[in-house]
Amino acid sequence: MALNEYIGAAVALSGAVFMLLAAVGVLRMPDTLMRMQVSTKVSTLGIALISGGAAIWLGSLMAAVAALLIIVLFMFTAPVAAHLISRAAYRHGEGLYHRTKLPEKKELGSEDH
Amino acid sequence: MIDPVTIRLYFFSGVLLLLGLGMLLLGVRLVRGPSLADRVVALDLLGVFAAGGICIYAMETGRTGIMAVAILIALMAFLSTVAFAHYIQRGAK
Repeated sequence: MALNEYIGAAVALSGAVFMLLAAVGVLRMPDTLMRMQVSTKVSTLGIALISGGAAIWLGSLMAAVAALLIIVLFMFTAPVAAHLISRAAYRHGEGLYHRTKLPEKKELGSEDH
Repeated sequence: MIDPVTIRLYFFSGVLLLLGLGMLLLGVRLVRGPSLADRVVALDLLGVFAAGGICIYAMETGRTGIMAVAILIALMAFLSTVAFAHYIQRGAK
């Protein structure tokens, strides 16, 4: 194994750990919106690390381009999908966790934004 | 010094074990999820896990072209999530 393979293996392993943490968060969080938040952010980091590690391991230009495409694609699509799902779930009337505090609605044009 | 073949074996087994364990936890959430939105979130994350597994497969075989499949799976997961969101929001009316 060459040096780039060791580095790529370490990066991909950390990405897999983040993916497992995302799954644990989706299983353990008490609320639909909290589950959504964990699944979006942590899994984006995890897939970025895994595909980056694969690109370092493979060490070719095409692999780097593919990894960059995967990372950019996830960073653009994951927030959009999470926003759509959370808006649909909130309007559908999903129950929030009982310790969630919502801020009071502010009037338009009030001084304190 | 451990020889590289053993390190390689340990690495791939460890990564696939982590990804498989995560998919198992997501399957629990997929079956148990109280609402449709929870199931959609679990399915979306299962797609991300599949893309990660495909990247690992590309590492193991050394074939770079397989990573294009991960891009396709990411696109499919995004489109299906958007469709499900539309469906949930329609059902609310």
